[in-house]
Amino acid sequence: MKPGRLKQILLLTDGCSNYGEDPVVVAALARNQGVTVNVIGVLDDEQRNHPQGLEEVESIAEAGGGVSQIVYQKNLSQTVQTVTRQAMTQTIQGVVNNELQQILGQGKTMEELPPEQRGEVVEVVDDLGEMCDLEVLVLVDSSASMHHKLPTVKEALYDLSLSLNARTGSNQFSIFSFPDPKSTIKKMIDWTPELDAIHGIFSKLSSGGYTPTGPALKEALYSFASKPVEKNRHDGEDPYEEAGF
Amino acid sequence: MKKLDFNFTPGTTLQGKWQGHTYRILKKLGEGACGVVYLCKRNGHTYALKVGTDSSRMMLEVNMLKKFSKVQGVKLGPSFVDVDDWVTPRRLTYPFYVMEYVQGQPLPAFLQGKSKDWIALTAVQLLSDLEHLHAAGYAFGDLKTENLLVSASRVRWIDVGGVTAFGRAIKEFTEFYDRGYWGCGSRKSEAQYDLFAVTMIMLEMVYPKRFIKGKDPHKTLHHKLALAQMPDFCKKVITGCWQGKYQTAKEMKKGLEKGLMKRPSKSSRVSRATAKKSSSDRSEWGEWIAISILVTMFYGLSWL
Repeated sequence: MKPGRLKQILLLTDGCSNYGEDPVVVAALARNQGVTVNVIGVLDDEQRNHPQGLEEVESIAEAGGGVSQIVYQKNLSQTVQTVTRQAMTQTIQGVVNNELQQILGQGKTMEELPPEQRGEVVEVVDDLGEMCDLEVLVLVDSSASMHHKLPTVKEALYDLSLSLNARTGSNQFSIFSFPDPKSTIKKMIDWTPELDAIHGIFSKLSSGGYTPTGPALKEALYSFASKPVEKNRHDGEDPYEEAGF
Repeated sequence: MKKLDFNFTPGTTLQGKWQGHTYRILKKLGEGACGVVYLCKRNGHTYALKVGTDSSRMMLEVNMLKKFSKVQGVKLGPSFVDVDDWVTPRRLTYPFYVMEYVQGQPLPAFLQGKSKDWIALTAVQLLSDLEHLHAAGYAFGDLKTENLLVSASRVRWIDVGGVTAFGRAIKEFTEFYDRGYWGCGSRKSEAQYDLFAVTMIMLEMVYPKRFIKGKDPHKTLHHKLALAQMPDFCKKVITGCWQGKYQTAKEMKKGLEKGLMKRPSKSSRVSRATAKKSSSDRSEWGEWIAISILVTMFYGLSWL
């Protein structure tokens, strides 16, 4: 099976949207375009109860075929990598389940196979997760209440690139922040295979009093579509043979 | 992810959907990231049984367990017994697997009141197991104190879920033991990834509450090591490991064994006796002899 290329948007926010189109609708649209939307709600470490509006986090991710989690700032690094990985596995499993249904008939999923065969299928899913190419567009809510969390966000993103770059497959990351008065979202880092040079990226941010999550997601989706197709680093060789496929 | 909507009370029985074996739950042993582990009984034998929600992850664990119960004739993880699905009365399906029950003590409890030389001895045991695992082309990955039990004065792994083929990405890790977190290397599976985790386990024996990386992770590490109450030869080996001196578990083990086998010199004996007024010279010697015997036994065993 061909590992292919997975596309994800990772939205980091701490509140609910209050401007423009419904982010849930945009997330559904993204999913339709083959882009998974993951959402992480970031809480202050001393915050006791979940603020209102964070349920939106779950709805956006659900519509976007992705994974959502609400976490305290101090656990952000581990969460960012877990969520991204889970979403990858989920997408790959979806594809594998589709294949299984074609072979075994409607309604058959991995979970319904006897343990022996299931064991073999999860190995295939695991291999694909190791070898597939991945594009992650990180969309950071940088409204006023997020400002003091941005250093942690930066650290978590560096950590994400460390985790993903240990894989065999290639990675591409880009970072956008919103709101931006001119164009809804602002490109902080263009597509790059590593996020180790991101010092000072969140230093010059203007913050408005509104959170246009929906429009921002849509802009993010556009920038996926307009992304120039960069050369696959596996071009010219057959990685699957080597990998035992 | 669906939540576990059951809570087994002692005496509950559960039957596998595919194999049909019935297990009687005795008590809860612990809770992990993706499931709950129970002590259970079948045909008079006790086992550990793990029930979870994430079917894929459970299956990957089973695959690893099957592979690593024994490597090259050496027992590494717990033995694999059974894997199956359990259907609840409300028709929900949960995957479970059964493995050998390793009875033992958590490492911190075991080390309580023992001399600091045990830090090195425990590390030597860990490194011996790692040697075999690495020879098979795998890193342990999520090597941490919670995944270890001391059974008959011997450290054993109880969770092999993080075992990863060399060259692949480590997917499961715990920040304190992860060299990536400390800025000391990548998260690619290789022998040195585990060696770093061993040094952190050694440090944790001195700092049971662990510590965070702070502004300058390297500085924090070296500062904590300098202040750590452990034999100097341990510190030397840890520093060596951080500097990339050891390529294999065997090399690092040799470094520690050299320190362990050295007779305490007169001056160090005196300084230790004065530093620890409560313990007499005699008991220190007794302990030293006991450790030497254990190390010798260990040497003997690893030659077999």
